[in-house]
Amino acid sequence: MRLSPKDWQGLTLAAIALIVVACLPLVASGYQLSLGVTVAMYTVLATSWAIFSGPTHYISLATAAFFGVGAYVTGIGITYLPYWALPLIAGVIAAVMAALVGLATLRLSGVYFVIFTLGLAEFLRQVITWGQNISGTKGIYVLTSITEAHIFWQLLGLAALVWLAGWAIGRSRLGFALRIIGDDEVVAKHAGIDTARAKILLFMLPGGVAAMTGAILAPRYVYIEPLIAFTPMLSFQVVIMALLGGTGRLWGPIVGVIPFTFLWEAISRSFPNQTTLLLGIAFLAIVYLLPKGFVGLIESARRRTEGWS
Amino acid sequence: MDIIITGLLLGGTYALIAMGLNLQYGMARIMNLANGEMLVAGGFAAFWFYTAGAVSPVLTVFLVAPVAFAANWLIYMIFLRPLVKRAKSRGQLEVDAILTTFGLSFVGVGLMLAFFGGDYFSYSYLSVPVHLLGDTYGANRLVAFGAAVVICGALWLWLAYSRMGVSIRAIAVAPDSARLVGIDVRALAALAFALGGAVTATGGALISTFLTLDASTGVIFTLKALVIVIMGGVGDVRGTVVAALLLGLLETFVASVIDPGLTLAAAYLLFVIILLVRPQGLFGRKTT
Repeated sequence: MRLSPKDWQGLTLAAIALIVVACLPLVASGYQLSLGVTVAMYTVLATSWAIFSGPTHYISLATAAFFGVGAYVTGIGITYLPYWALPLIAGVIAAVMAALVGLATLRLSGVYFVIFTLGLAEFLRQVITWGQNISGTKGIYVLTSITEAHIFWQLLGLAALVWLAGWAIGRSRLGFALRIIGDDEVVAKHAGIDTARAKILLFMLPGGVAAMTGAILAPRYVYIEPLIAFTPMLSFQVVIMALLGGTGRLWGPIVGVIPFTFLWEAISRSFPNQTTLLLGIAFLAIVYLLPKGFVGLIESARRRTEGWS
Repeated sequence: MDIIITGLLLGGTYALIAMGLNLQYGMARIMNLANGEMLVAGGFAAFWFYTAGAVSPVLTVFLVAPVAFAANWLIYMIFLRPLVKRAKSRGQLEVDAILTTFGLSFVGVGLMLAFFGGDYFSYSYLSVPVHLLGDTYGANRLVAFGAAVVICGALWLWLAYSRMGVSIRAIAVAPDSARLVGIDVRALAALAFALGGAVTATGGALISTFLTLDASTGVIFTLKALVIVIMGGVGDVRGTVVAALLLGLLETFVASVIDPGLTLAAAYLLFVIILLVRPQGLFGRKTT
């Protein structure tokens, strides 16, 4: 892979930005840091979501399922294994799960995939609740000495990895194949692309990343039970934020995550009982008014100014 | 024996719900992820009329159905018609419809939370034992099953023999050709969508007589209905009924033999089997 000077410039800028952001825990108050963790968490989730759903147009609603799996890996594993190993294990388990889900659904039309992912979190929640009933345990306590700052740095590192992966995929044969699949799947098939394989491979990325996020964040929850770990709202919020930002560019989701996190903070503080309703309305507004997200707005504005000059 | 009859009774009601979704997805071509919320709304209406005015849910149905019909027609006209217009291909319409109805489902949950709160709700209507083949069953389940059979039967007759029913099946099979023979595809799609919503809400009113619902259970019913529709084959009435009965049986079996909390797992099991073995549906023919 040969990098042009422009690529180097982009990479350097991104690295500098990351280092600046990484200093946040040194200066921020506790509340600001916890907002920072939330932003970092949704950035990781929404970016990895968009890497798959952006080019393929397959809407995955499974984020909460993988996130919950990750949280449970930490919850169960923390007593037996060193903490650093857990996100990796969670990522591998979830990537295998994602591959299985993909094998069952991604060979067929996209609707089956959407339906399957829609209920996946609920399904896992039922199975784990059942397992707990049998073994007689309730929730799990995750007691560690890990602080918010540690979580923040880990998520930041994960975000950097996700961006690198997305950037590398975009330049690879796989990324090229996916763009063709997204444009026209029939053409892609006739061009000799193994469409199912490409989609399954790519779906393993958001699956694994969501589980790693869950594993990293588990110490923040302290107490894990199925209802907390598999909250369906999470999948929904990730889709909203990614769409608000725009899925066409790698940096798109983060443009959506930052304003939405603050908006969401304001909403849940002022209208704690109407969050679901307002979330739904926000979602509809984005789908109708901003079908290409902020990225679309920015790019059409840029095109207009270029047209004038 | 007990499991088989309870399962069939449950499956009958599922068939009604899935018929509603099948009208929306198979005929109107809108993948409606907010279907379950319509069901819960129907259940809420039945609950409210029964506790506030002691109106029998079987009578409430006659109010729920037209109201749900009107509401769904409006939803189609306001939210979905623009998507149908701007969609360049079937695939794009599917993505747009999924996103929109997904948002609508959250709006629906939010509205119901605002009006009714987050509690579970149930009432006891006709919970008298009925003896059948040596076992006892709740009369409410039998009544719900009977009503479901009547409505499903009427729908099937209507789709099979009436002029409008045939037209609706025509737009499901070949929307482009249907226009050539003078069928108003747009108006009929709206009608099929509205009718589907009405059928689902009716199913909700009936199911609330024997199941406990709350504002956020809608998605589970959406999922079950989707699994049934896919298993039976999209747009296939006969397949839907058979698939619904199968799901009802399997679910009852899992609930009584393993754990009552695993009903969705049962639906998933069927779903995976169908996807792996017969993705075209029980009676579907393989397409190229």
